[in-house]
Amino acid sequence: MRSFGYTRPDSAQAAVAAFAAAGEGARYIAGGTTLYDLMKLDIERPAHLIDVTAIRGLDAIETGGDRLRFGALAPMSEVATNRTVLRDYPVLAESLAKAASQQLRNMATVGGNLFQRTRCLYFRNGAGGTSAGTTYPCNKREPGSGCAAIGGLDRGQAVLGQSASCTAVSPGDWPIALVALDAYVEILGAAGTRSLPVAELYRLPGNTPHLEFTLAPDEIVTAIVVPKTRAGRRSAYHKIRDRESYAFALASAAVALDMDNDTVRQARIALGGVATRPWRATAAEAALAGQRLTPDTAAAAGRAALTGAVPGRHNGFKIDLAQRTVADALLIAAKRTTA
Amino acid sequence: MNEEEGGAPAGVTRRTAIGGTVAVGSALLLLDAERVEATVQSSPPPRAGATLAIRPIVNGRAAPVTIDPRTSLLDLLRERLGLTGAKKGCDHGQCGACTVHVDGRRVASCLTLAAKTDGREVTTIEGLAEGDALHPMQQAFIDHDALQCGYCTPGQIMAAVACVREGNATDRPTIREYMSGNICRCGAYAGIVAAIEDVAKKGRRV
Ligand SMILES: Cc1cc2nc3c(=O)[nH]c(=O)nc-3n(C[C@H](O)[C@H](O)[C@H](O)COP(=O)(O)OP(=O)(O)OC[C@H]3O[C@@H](n4cnc5c(N)ncnc54)[C@H](O)[C@@H]3O)c2cc1C
Ligand code: FES
Ligand code: FES
Repeated sequence: MRSFGYTRPDSAQAAVAAFAAAGEGARYIAGGTTLYDLMKLDIERPAHLIDVTAIRGLDAIETGGDRLRFGALAPMSEVATNRTVLRDYPVLAESLAKAASQQLRNMATVGGNLFQRTRCLYFRNGAGGTSAGTTYPCNKREPGSGCAAIGGLDRGQAVLGQSASCTAVSPGDWPIALVALDAYVEILGAAGTRSLPVAELYRLPGNTPHLEFTLAPDEIVTAIVVPKTRAGRRSAYHKIRDRESYAFALASAAVALDMDNDTVRQARIALGGVATRPWRATAAEAALAGQRLTPDTAAAAGRAALTGAVPGRHNGFKIDLAQRTVADALLIAAKRTTA
Repeated sequence: MNEEEGGAPAGVTRRTAIGGTVAVGSALLLLDAERVEATVQSSPPPRAGATLAIRPIVNGRAAPVTIDPRTSLLDLLRERLGLTGAKKGCDHGQCGACTVHVDGRRVASCLTLAAKTDGREVTTIEGLAEGDALHPMQQAFIDHDALQCGYCTPGQIMAAVACVREGNATDRPTIREYMSGNICRCGAYAGIVAAIEDVAKKGRRV
């Protein structure tokens, strides 16, 4: 690991100022479960770490009024067990509870979670890894070096949103649930504050897969805001993994249903584990609107959600799997009562 | 992480560092002076290569120590403080062998920057027993044969204690879910789950 300077300011303003003062190679660090991990692999190489975890008041969870507001530093484990979230927004609670392990959820913040990086094996094969000896080409890790996943061992790779440069999956669960609920982030930067829909934080890989987020390097996410919706109680995060727990998604679906008896007024559907960014399935939502929810209409919505999916060599199974995941998620959510 | 960048200051070998817990205590005054200086010059931030003085409370005792900021909590415990109970399995948050408690919560010490533990309470497997009396979870692991080679055991026990305290040891499926961050290469899972269930059922204070 390269050496770095370390500082831990106690306000968001001081953090932004420290970032400017640090100059080239400055990075914010929260729980460190992504950044420190990748520094050990020599994939991330910050020259300065600005630790945001001592910033006061940035870990608050507010559930009053017409929105939920999660301070960026709230640990995943706290948000996952918040009573209001559990009762009224199971999709949010489940997306966190089914991610990582309790140890990691205690360390990781809901803000840092938005910016976790892909688990693509070729990307993680950095020079600091144990298998170094051969470092595979990866356009995300070394722009212009090529993509070893395309035509390689691509079982885990994306079937939606990939490009000729990159097929790496956007790995997070929480961002999928947030995108389904039209959440947005509050941001502080040198130029002041702004807000942005979570969906707009993520870029498609295109020819520049190393550019993943739209946030400027010096900007801090201070909070994640979820507008309240009555669809929240009829929501679910359904995650299919290689093992029952403690694994990233092969396919996942975040759904929330606004129903009039059996009929869907509005469905919100987003996909994880299969796309290069959190994937809102608008075609599937449109297919369900005004329909009775039955196993057949749920299956049709699943098929619509994977419109345009393109398999690689070993990951074609993900298309069928994701279709079924969406259908099951819809049926699970529909059974949840709104009372 | 290789030996060179493992966090021990230049000239301190792993061996002297392990035996160095006593020396650390006597350097307290000097280190506190350094701490003040570090706070005052917080802008611009310290350069790469600058060391950092921190003062975690480890198993109830202050452990002031000067570190390379790259140091993980796991390496600090094992290589500087001589607490080798927490194990390094993967060094990437994937196995749970390094589990310790920070301010009462279980964490993976391999992915915790030691710098973050300044002023915080760290509890390791060495801090669990009261004198010669084993902690009920340690005893339960023995009673239920919850280990084979023992490499994962300190992490399993620290995770298990937290699992009970969190209220996540209510039944077997819940125990399994909340213990999934701890991998056992020997496959002693049946005994581990039984030990945790036993402690939780008997309502023993953990
Ligand atoms: C073994 C393992 C298993 C995992 N399994 C899962 C899983 O199943 N599902 C899942 O979703 N995730 C999983 N994760 C990923 C984990 O959830 C993320 O690493 C974590 O949420 C990142 O949060 P953090 O606070 O640790 O971020 P950090 O590592 O501190 O930061 C990550 C990135 O975000 C930036 N950042 C942090 N905070 C802010 C902020 N407030 N504003 C702007 N930028 C910020 C940092 O600069 C950095 O680039 C797993 C991780 C590990 C190690
Ligand atoms: S050594 Fe920390 S989780 Fe494996
Ligand atoms: S007892 Fe050997 S790894 Fe668990």
